[in-house]
Amino acid sequence: MKSDENPILRITALNKFYSGGFQALKDINLQIEKGEILALLGPNGAGKTTLISVVCGIVNPSSGSVSVDGFDIIKDFRKTRSIIGLVPQELTTDSFETVFNTVSFSRGLFGKPPSPSHIEKVLRSLSLWDKKDNMIMTLSGGMKRRVLIAKALSHEPTVLFLDEPTAGVDVSLRKDMWQIVRELKEEGVTIILTTHYIEEAEEIADRVGVINNGEIILIEEKEKLMEKLGKKQLILDLRDSLASVPDSMADYNLELSEDGMQLTYTFNTQGDRTGITALIDDLKLADIAFRDLNTTQSSLEDIFVNLVEESS
Amino acid sequence: MNIYGIMAIYKFEMARTRRTLVQSIVAPVITTSLYFIVFGAAIGSRIDQVGGISYGAFIVPGLIMLNLLTNSISNASFGIYFPKFVGTVYEMLSAPVSTLEVILGYVGAAASKAVILGIIILITAGFFIDLQIAHPVMMMVFILLTALSFSLFGFILGIWADNFEKLSVVPTLLVTPLVFLGGSFYSTDMLPEPWQTVSHFNPVLYLVSGLRWSFYEISEVSVMLSLASILIFMFSCLAVVYYLFKTGYKLRS
Repeated sequence: MKSDENPILRITALNKFYSGGFQALKDINLQIEKGEILALLGPNGAGKTTLISVVCGIVNPSSGSVSVDGFDIIKDFRKTRSIIGLVPQELTTDSFETVFNTVSFSRGLFGKPPSPSHIEKVLRSLSLWDKKDNMIMTLSGGMKRRVLIAKALSHEPTVLFLDEPTAGVDVSLRKDMWQIVRELKEEGVTIILTTHYIEEAEEIADRVGVINNGEIILIEEKEKLMEKLGKKQLILDLRDSLASVPDSMADYNLELSEDGMQLTYTFNTQGDRTGITALIDDLKLADIAFRDLNTTQSSLEDIFVNLVEESS
Repeated sequence: MNIYGIMAIYKFEMARTRRTLVQSIVAPVITTSLYFIVFGAAIGSRIDQVGGISYGAFIVPGLIMLNLLTNSISNASFGIYFPKFVGTVYEMLSAPVSTLEVILGYVGAAASKAVILGIIILITAGFFIDLQIAHPVMMMVFILLTALSFSLFGFILGIWADNFEKLSVVPTLLVTPLVFLGGSFYSTDMLPEPWQTVSHFNPVLYLVSGLRWSFYEISEVSVMLSLASILIFMFSCLAVVYYLFKTGYKLRS
């Protein structure tokens, strides 16, 4: 029975214990809105694939509940699974089948009537149309990855799980994949992707979740996350070398480079005042001249590494 | 019911047979022809009639049963084992298909292939002996029930197996000896005691006996007992398959 219109995915108090007692998921609570792209970041063995596998029906949950578009994934498995598409991490394909046949098979398996025109549309959008009669075993790794995406899209899902979709693919193909993901989002598809590549999350995600040791340690809109946890640094290239930071400027916590030619000032972007104006005034008073200055902002990667280190 | 899902699995499995036509159809036909040449013509010509019929004709039901059993098991076991082995089983597990629908797709295809092969063996036999079938409808009932039951058994085997050795050990070390010792090529009356009594503990004896009755109206056990045994075996396998899917045994962690 449908319980709610929104969100498209609701995970409540989800736990997963494998035989042997290993707890892969610990009390996961997560909501995903229609049409958003959520990137789940986490190191190897963090629980990303287990989480996806539970939602898709491949792994049985130990406790907790999961609903997709308001339907429970166990009681209403037909409804939930028919709107979910899954691109697995491993390149698992039917080597001896043709591209067209394997994608058509997936459409049928998910309960949709044959539609050669839809299969053609999907294959064309993934640049696979000219390979439609090729046996999958003859395709390159990147092409096989595209075939897996085509299979996942064959039944017109509204929720798409991409489990490390760009693992092991070259830069050009990775950018193609990002474009495909953006186009799917424009069509209203909700996308949940797991990735090791922070750059990927930074590029395409609306929200970012970080999972470690089976726990979601953070979930935040990407922009807010960058603002909240991102540090900004002002780097000053000095005209003359300094032996040490003058005592009068101790409050700024400046870092002096080994050669004494560069000062780094770290400030909080969320603070009322950055302190930059005062710093420059004080530098003038201390008779420290600089040739150049620039600012840098910490990347999502820095934030991710810090979070995982803190939670481990 | 997910009819498209059932059809997708069924067509996929049938297409696999088309890709391996030599292995699936041609090889069993050649093997059967060799049986007829060796046992029917060469050795059979020196054996008296068995139960009032020529030895060549006597072995036809046994040969059909041998092929039905081994092919049903290998088709169904390979059908589900291979996706597990290469990892494509994720798709079936994440699809909106129920246990029954998965069984209908995989077992239906395996049984169809076995029945087609059984009919081809029958036609092949017609080239070597003068075929007579007293009860063609009952013959088809026995062929269908045997193909379905052993396809279910093969499906269980495919789920249980986690390597290729396990996949082949049951057909090779259990099913083939049972078929050979189940009266496929002789009447158990020809055996001395206690082997005659021991033979009645072999379930395949009941299948061969029932099928032979549908051809020549001669049997080692009553036809109803043969039918009952195959039905009991089929429902037992069905119950096991249902349990395996419900619990996710070796499929869902």
